[in-house]
Amino acid sequence: MEKFTQLTGVAAPMPAINIDTDKIFPAIHLRTIKRTGLSKHLFEEIRFRPDGSENPDFVLNQGPYRQTRIIVAGDNFGCGSSREHAPWALTDFGIRCVIAPSFADIFYNNCFKNGLLPIALPQAEVDKLMDDAKKGANAVLTIDLDKQTISRPDGEIVHFDIDPFRKQCMLNGLDDIGLTEQKAADISTYEAKARTQRPWVFGMTEKAGA
Amino acid sequence: MAQPRTLFDKIWDSHVIAPAGEGTYLLYIDLHLCHEVTTPQAFEGLKLAGRKVRRPDATIAVADHNIPTSNRKAGIDEPESKLQVDTLERNVVEFGVPYIPIDSINQGIVHIIGPEMGLSQPGMTIVCGDSHTATHGALGALAFGIGTSEVEHVLATQTLIQAHAKNMLVEVNGTLGAGVSPKDVILAIIGKIGTAGGTGHVIEYGGSTFRSMSMEGRMTVCNMAIESGARAGLVAPDEITFEYVKGRSYAPKGAAWEQALAYWKTLPSDPGAHFDKKTSLDAGQIAPHITWGTNPEQTAPITSRVPDPAEIDDPLKRAAVERALQYMQLTPKTPLTEIPVQRVFIGSCTNSRIEDLRAAAAIARGRRVAEGVRAMVVPGSGLVKHQAEEEGLDRVFLEAGFEWREPGCSNCMSMNPDRAMNGERIASTSNRNFEGRQGPGAKTHLMGPAMAAAAAVTGRLADVRQLG
Ligand code: SF4
Repeated sequence: MEKFTQLTGVAAPMPAINIDTDKIFPAIHLRTIKRTGLSKHLFEEIRFRPDGSENPDFVLNQGPYRQTRIIVAGDNFGCGSSREHAPWALTDFGIRCVIAPSFADIFYNNCFKNGLLPIALPQAEVDKLMDDAKKGANAVLTIDLDKQTISRPDGEIVHFDIDPFRKQCMLNGLDDIGLTEQKAADISTYEAKARTQRPWVFGMTEKAGA
Repeated sequence: MAQPRTLFDKIWDSHVIAPAGEGTYLLYIDLHLCHEVTTPQAFEGLKLAGRKVRRPDATIAVADHNIPTSNRKAGIDEPESKLQVDTLERNVVEFGVPYIPIDSINQGIVHIIGPEMGLSQPGMTIVCGDSHTATHGALGALAFGIGTSEVEHVLATQTLIQAHAKNMLVEVNGTLGAGVSPKDVILAIIGKIGTAGGTGHVIEYGGSTFRSMSMEGRMTVCNMAIESGARAGLVAPDEITFEYVKGRSYAPKGAAWEQALAYWKTLPSDPGAHFDKKTSLDAGQIAPHITWGTNPEQTAPITSRVPDPAEIDDPLKRAAVERALQYMQLTPKTPLTEIPVQRVFIGSCTNSRIEDLRAAAAIARGRRVAEGVRAMVVPGSGLVKHQAEEEGLDRVFLEAGFEWREPGCSNCMSMNPDRAMNGERIASTSNRNFEGRQGPGAKTHLMGPAMAAAAAVTGRLADVRQLG
């Protein structure tokens, strides 16, 4: 996983609430076996017109927002499906951070596996950052994960909370599976105990496929 | 005395292997369900790292999203869909994962077949790279959807790193009125608490309404827990649950059954257990519901009208309603029963079990699908299809002008040929009404199976109670 330490750039304002995963990455394109190159379908239905041309009203098609690495969004960002294609498409586009009042749980988890930092802040703080974002190239935000801060163009510092374990993984680009494999002995001990306590759940699917 | 615990707490506690860091835990997973859409990149990851599947005996795979629901013998036409299913079939061989082939009678939507085959049982942890995994919570299992990186993590280690969710209780008491189904109950709940009402929580559905609800109804309710943002939905296991599980192919038998049963009986929440959040509804007040907008909290009783954004104070909410009505091409204040539909879809992991098909058939019997409406019935699995045919439901549908299809996700989501085209308006028993989900420009109204059948025969959104 790509490390995340600091990020400076223009943020794109997407004030709508409940931006769901079908909007971020339409269902029809889930028929892929790859996790790269997905940005071409990012926000497809609103980013492009039916004839395939760009919709000039959509923020990511406008001036400085084409290179944006940060999105400031409304409440409940990423609701809906579990598709990791949503964060894959966002990071493939270059987005490394989404700031919103709240995130849907599965999307939030998926972000951390892909070096995409989701920052949840109270609505009032998001409102301020949304105002900054609307100023385009005149308002650059700097996000510092280690210090857990966002620096606004007027110099104000906004603090954010993040789970310390996830923060460390992200700062160091750590792979979850590798970390878990270090606990192999604990897993085996648990498994042996569970096998005696709940033997009926072991070997369940073996006779499947008939 | 020990602290009283909830059903969720008990399942959680018995599956924690070790703390994984501040606030997070390594959790053991009992059953991992896999489908073709969210696993290719996970298997690829394993391959690249030279890892194996730790417990193939706790893993099972099936293809459901991409497969056509008619003329199966001809194979899969669309090359992208075919590649995804072929990739799954290659991966299960390479990694030794049990697989249910497309031509097996056990094939079906992953969330239909888990309970049906007796794989999903009380007290288990069950995951799948699919947000509607919450369905299996109806059995009193902790079941939740995960992303593809987590799928890879479970395949490799049989564990997940998870933060402890909070407990939420949604209580519904009383008897449902005539014509009111479990789907109406869950739509009413989501309408009340909103699409983020359950975020960060595991919801337990309690109260007399759920106690007397069938397993199939409970599955419909838990299926949509995610539409209120919840990590998972749960119903405490009881006699109805045990009766349902007993005798199914993969259910424990003999002495193991007795041992399992004794354990399952210890699972329900203790009296006085703490819930961080609570809400309640009166079953008698719930009318048949539909959604009018583009997310599942935009619901209303069928007896009401399209909302008027001008009456909404919160500017963000008003903008969302305006956008939804624009997409749905609806005029404020139109009575909902005056909205015509071009398409009807009875199916999906929410409502494609035998009871759902019976409820829809009861309305279809002796009637005709309205002029200009295309209506399809898609059973959730081969077993459901077989049972329905034994009961003659296929003939009821066919005589009424419905299509009777092969099992799969079908028109729930636009990944297979059943997608809607040309922005049709659909009465659908599925679970998501997001823009474009059922096809480009498709306008989805969610509802229960009898309501969808009523829409098919009247050609518009209809109150099933008027059809008697
Ligand atoms: S029926 Fe629909 S919601 Fe259910 S698993 Fe299939 S696509 Fe997902």
